[in-house]
Amino acid sequence: MNKIILTTILILILGVPKSHGQVDSTLFKRIPTDTIKSTLNMDAVYNRPFLGFGKTPVSVGGYAEMNWQYLGTDGVSEGHQFQMRRMTLFVAATISKKIKFLSEIEFEEGGKEINIEFAAIDVEFHPLFNLRGGIIMNPIGAFNQNHDGPKWEFTDRPISATQMLPATWSNAGFGIFGKKYSKDWMIGYEAYLSGGFDNSIIDNEENRTSLAASKANHERFEESASGTPLYTAKLAVRNNKIGELGLSYMGGIYNNFDDDGVELDQKRNLDVFAIDFNSTIAKTSTFITGEWAWVSVDVPSTYTQQYGRKQKGGFVDIVQPVLKKKILGWEKAVLNLACRLEYVDWNVGTFNETGGNIGEDVWSIMPAVSFRPTSQTVFRLNYRYQEQNDILGNGPAITNGFSFGISSYF
Amino acid sequence: MKNNFLILSFALTFLLASCEKTISEGPMENEVLDGQVEGLSYQESIQFLKGDEAFAEVFTSSKGLGPVFVATSCISCHAGDGKGHPSTTLTRFGQIDGTGNLFLDFGGPQLQNRAIPGYEPEQIPNGATSTKLTPPMNTGLGFLDAVLDADIIAMSDPNDNDGDGISGIPNWIELPSYSILRANAISQNGKYIHRFGKKAAAYDLLHQTVNAYNQDMGITSSFDPMDTFSGLEIDPEVSNNIVNDVVFYLKTLKAPIRRNADNAEVLSGGNLFSQIQCASCHKPTLQTGNSSINALSNKIFHPYTDLLLHDMGSELDDGYTEGNATTAEWRTPPLWGLGLAPDAQGGQYFLMHDGRATSINEAILLHGGEASNSKLQYQNLSEIEKNELIKFLESL
Repeated sequence: MNKIILTTILILILGVPKSHGQVDSTLFKRIPTDTIKSTLNMDAVYNRPFLGFGKTPVSVGGYAEMNWQYLGTDGVSEGHQFQMRRMTLFVAATISKKIKFLSEIEFEEGGKEINIEFAAIDVEFHPLFNLRGGIIMNPIGAFNQNHDGPKWEFTDRPISATQMLPATWSNAGFGIFGKKYSKDWMIGYEAYLSGGFDNSIIDNEENRTSLAASKANHERFEESASGTPLYTAKLAVRNNKIGELGLSYMGGIYNNFDDDGVELDQKRNLDVFAIDFNSTIAKTSTFITGEWAWVSVDVPSTYTQQYGRKQKGGFVDIVQPVLKKKILGWEKAVLNLACRLEYVDWNVGTFNETGGNIGEDVWSIMPAVSFRPTSQTVFRLNYRYQEQNDILGNGPAITNGFSFGISSYF
Repeated sequence: MKNNFLILSFALTFLLASCEKTISEGPMENEVLDGQVEGLSYQESIQFLKGDEAFAEVFTSSKGLGPVFVATSCISCHAGDGKGHPSTTLTRFGQIDGTGNLFLDFGGPQLQNRAIPGYEPEQIPNGATSTKLTPPMNTGLGFLDAVLDADIIAMSDPNDNDGDGISGIPNWIELPSYSILRANAISQNGKYIHRFGKKAAAYDLLHQTVNAYNQDMGITSSFDPMDTFSGLEIDPEVSNNIVNDVVFYLKTLKAPIRRNADNAEVLSGGNLFSQIQCASCHKPTLQTGNSSINALSNKIFHPYTDLLLHDMGSELDDGYTEGNATTAEWRTPPLWGLGLAPDAQGGQYFLMHDGRATSINEAILLHGGEASNSKLQYQNLSEIEKNELIKFLESL
């Protein structure tokens, strides 16, 4: 699988310029991102800086993220850690006037993991009715759609978005989407049927209900464990003066309830509801974004309470630009102060035996300073303070420390 | 511009140099139960770490969990190497006397009360008596393991020859086939002194660990290849090396370290502890013999147990037993680390064999049988004295 992906990348990256003979840097043309202020999170997949090759319909782009961190838990630290978190390549092509293709291939942790996060053909019939097919990013919450590192002021992705919700969560599937503008208002929708989860969400080495555990199942791009579709739908509304509000749902049967006609278990559902928002306070240019989600999983009553039936959690980021001027030679540099607050309860409920609250929760506060020499590159210095309780409510285990990272589109 | 670079460089250098100091300090060593005994060699420390990792390993169905089970990992029941919680108690059933378990063909002795999806967990068969058992602390087990059989026998008084109302007998049971005899082991009619578990029915930490893998998690090993669900012998789901690493880890977990030992109330409580004869069973001091682990050899330690069975009266008689113990007999639980129990039990006490006591006072008042006299003396103490005694117990 990895060989096929690598070969495809090499052909796309090396093959396309070759067809134009000697590569001349003047052939590369920066395609501006959508400068319309009013874009939705659903547009994030296209709203990225790309480089075009002369007059070819193919454009490429990507981003990279590298970090240093020094964190410790309860006084024990792994020391200085240097990490190449990810390098992501985008390849887009306008196939014809109303048919586009875009792909996003991610190399994580120095190539330890290679994933196609997005690879879909979009066909426009009407602005309100577009067909998308391929590997799609299920639009649950906002982060899953809008996760590019250079867009965020923090070295780590939100806990709720990546460990409770499984960002980046992609599946093979089909769906429709559309948008409508009216003065300051914009409304968009997406609806997909795709492959999805499997038994691992309640049978994994995290020892807790984990939607993210299904990401390890690469078979899902070929075979759905349940044989039934995962339904994902999102409705988003934006007002240019207020901000964006998104409501999303993802759900379906997750378990392998039948194999070769033999009934193995009853059908078990999962449901996820999410709300997301983002807004910029015009007076102070303060940017606020966040999301909150509720997860409900049908766990067998005879199973261990380690695996919760309900989860909830979310995050909010507050970003305040404090300096916008020429800094260190960059003309439009911006210095931001930022803070992320996040919380996840992995196991909402009470113990059968005592009626006491089941613990297994985490909260974190992460103040940050970020420096953007250009809008496409960010240097970020974060401090994390996190408290985590185990399932019995013991703890908290305190994690804290600094991280520094660079993330940039290229 | 030059100044900006200087400031930036200085800030980054300062951050790199000082980041160690920004990490919050962890708890004091005497505030936690985990950690290795002092004096392990490099190789022993490596094996301790391997065992620590294996102890935390989570089993899934693809790794052999179940299909019927009680817990998914060792650490699920022993958070921070401490006592368990009512949600992690296990149930055993089917034995009422020394003649053996009558329900071995019905899933006994342990109830696997959970099952992976698609399977049904076990039920207690009609007619079987049962008891719930809260997982114990893991700390200091290597010291208890290294106590000589002769020393245990010396503490016993089966016929109460000294007339203090306290007998104390070892649990003599036949060895599991894979057990290796301790040096200087003493036998009685082909049976040997078992010392671990609420009924002292496990010979050593290998016996305890193999049982826990098999009965708690449904993980077979070459030591016990019988699948709890099918009753058939199946391939090992955990290697001998991993089992041995876990056994080593349990052996070399440090003994709990006392807190506030010099406090006046604690000292006074310690005197009361002996005065009202708690120390007759909860022996403050024991000694190890020779051990293959130097750090455990010939050490004096303070577990507050005699490793013997005592009749605890009808209130604690659940009608179930193991080995040669009667249903009312329980092994004296070590009291060391008692004050740290709530740190692993969600912030409150769940004491006695099944966690039914939610305070030390309540636990003392549940004592009966051979401990009746001590309980009576405790009840006759003033409130201040009771408080001192409890402070002493919390300091252990």
